Amino acid sequence: METIWQGVKEAIHLLYTRDPETLRITFLTLRVSGLATLISVLIGVPLGILLALSRFPGRRVLISLVNTGMALPPVVVGLWVSIFLWRNGPLGFLGIMYTPAAIVVAQTVIAAPVVAGFTVAGISQLDPQLTLQLTALGASRWQLYWLLVREAKLSILAAVIAGFGAVVSEVGASTMVGGNILGQTRVLTTATVMEVSKGNYSLAIGVSIVLLLLAYAVTFALTLLQQRGRQPWLMR
Amino acid sequence: MHFRSLAAIALALVMTVGCTAKETKPDATTPLANPDVILATTTSTQDSGLLDVLIPLFQKDTGYKIKPIAVGTGAALAMGEKGEADVLLVHAPADEKKLVDSGAAIERRLVAHNDYIVVGPKEDPAGVKGTKTAAEAMKKIADAKVIFISRGDDSGTHKKELSLWKTAGVKNEGQWYQQTGQGMGQTLNVANEKLGYTLTDRATFLSLQKNLSLEMLLEGDAPLLNIYHVMLVNPAKFRKVNAEGAKAFHAFLLSQEGQEAIGQFGVEKYGKPLFFPDGGKTEEQLTATK
Repeated sequence: METIWQGVKEAIHLLYTRDPETLRITFLTLRVSGLATLISVLIGVPLGILLALSRFPGRRVLISLVNTGMALPPVVVGLWVSIFLWRNGPLGFLGIMYTPAAIVVAQTVIAAPVVAGFTVAGISQLDPQLTLQLTALGASRWQLYWLLVREAKLSILAAVIAGFGAVVSEVGASTMVGGNILGQTRVLTTATVMEVSKGNYSLAIGVSIVLLLLAYAVTFALTLLQQRGRQPWLMR
Repeated sequence: MHFRSLAAIALALVMTVGCTAKETKPDATTPLANPDVILATTTSTQDSGLLDVLIPLFQKDTGYKIKPIAVGTGAALAMGEKGEADVLLVHAPADEKKLVDSGAAIERRLVAHNDYIVVGPKEDPAGVKGTKTAAEAMKKIADAKVIFISRGDDSGTHKKELSLWKTAGVKNEGQWYQQTGQGMGQTLNVANEKLGYTLTDRATFLSLQKNLSLEMLLEGDAPLLNIYHVMLVNPAKFRKVNAEGAKAFHAFLLSQEGQEAIGQFGVEKYGKPLFFPDGGKTEEQLTATK
């Protein structure tokens, strides 16, 4: 119990004094995971719509693959992304191993299937008549997609929340492709692991509380966006 | 195709981060062609806090940016073997020599030493306290079948531990022999929780001691010497290696400034040094004086 109390005090101290190292790590975490989530949305939402609306052979196999991808273990992603990004790997010419960009790549691989999977579910749930009706009313292909996304807003924002949650909390991939380098690729999760192995438990707890606060703040903002202007369905 | 353009945007974003990450403040006045130096090293240099002292000192002097990747020595050597690192700071002499012989690493120099110690629970159920040699201690632990927590990660410490079992002539098998596959810090934590014995480098043990109820039970036997070497990954073999940066860090570790920093590290906090600088010495000289 003493350790927990020390940790809470440490967290308050880190936040109150605006400890520069903690702030830097926190902003890097936000930037990296935020960007990875953004890219995942750009890839995952269109992919999800495509999978939900189109009909082609092998579609179900693809959807099941996406759904499996929702549970990709971060360490597996970390290993594979490392193999590609190593100097002498196929993408070694990019020179991004052990940089924040490498973490963004790995986290995008983790989050994109999550976003795509939720999008497939959300769009599939819409009344099929709606597509028919919108098309009949003369909606162009793009207008149709846009309207469907708007209809599935709740699910798609849930997809964003889940995607961000998956990447902000992972440590395996970040360690492997980032290297936990002070001032460069140390994020809140890898810092927590390192402080534990250094035996600095109170600092580790402090950092973990900062991480929880960050995750909560982002999720809260997204939830506000999700629920904005939402009225009971029947009154619409 | 909108999907393709989105993918292009995504790729562009990734590139932007990559570039901005590289552009951030090289702290020297003269810009370097390639400031990033990958240092593959052992967990003990990170967990003990030594790197937190050496790296800023070096960076301030030269403007290079060290990227320390703290893994077990086995993994660090593997990175060197594949040309994925520029400079290695490791502690497994026999395997280091193999790497030099293979031509993957050059300029292998002694940097510092400290020693391994056997730690275990206060009650010392195997009766390690009072033994004179490491081999004797390992045999007692194996005979008593009390829990021994091994690194099990092909690190320098793990390699040393395996050689000690061999010298002792006992088999490290059974319910009592458990492997964590993790760094020294975590392994000490596990040994602490499970009331087990383990082999650790002195530096990591001292820096974690405040959280541990484990006690030092054996020290000072000659085979327990823990020697750290620095090596350059051979740029003639791997053309992507940052040879200049690696050489600069190599020279810094062996310089007077670097050696003094190593010798001073820990004195303030623990009242004694955690590493003993050995720049310029050979391994033979070191083992002869022990």
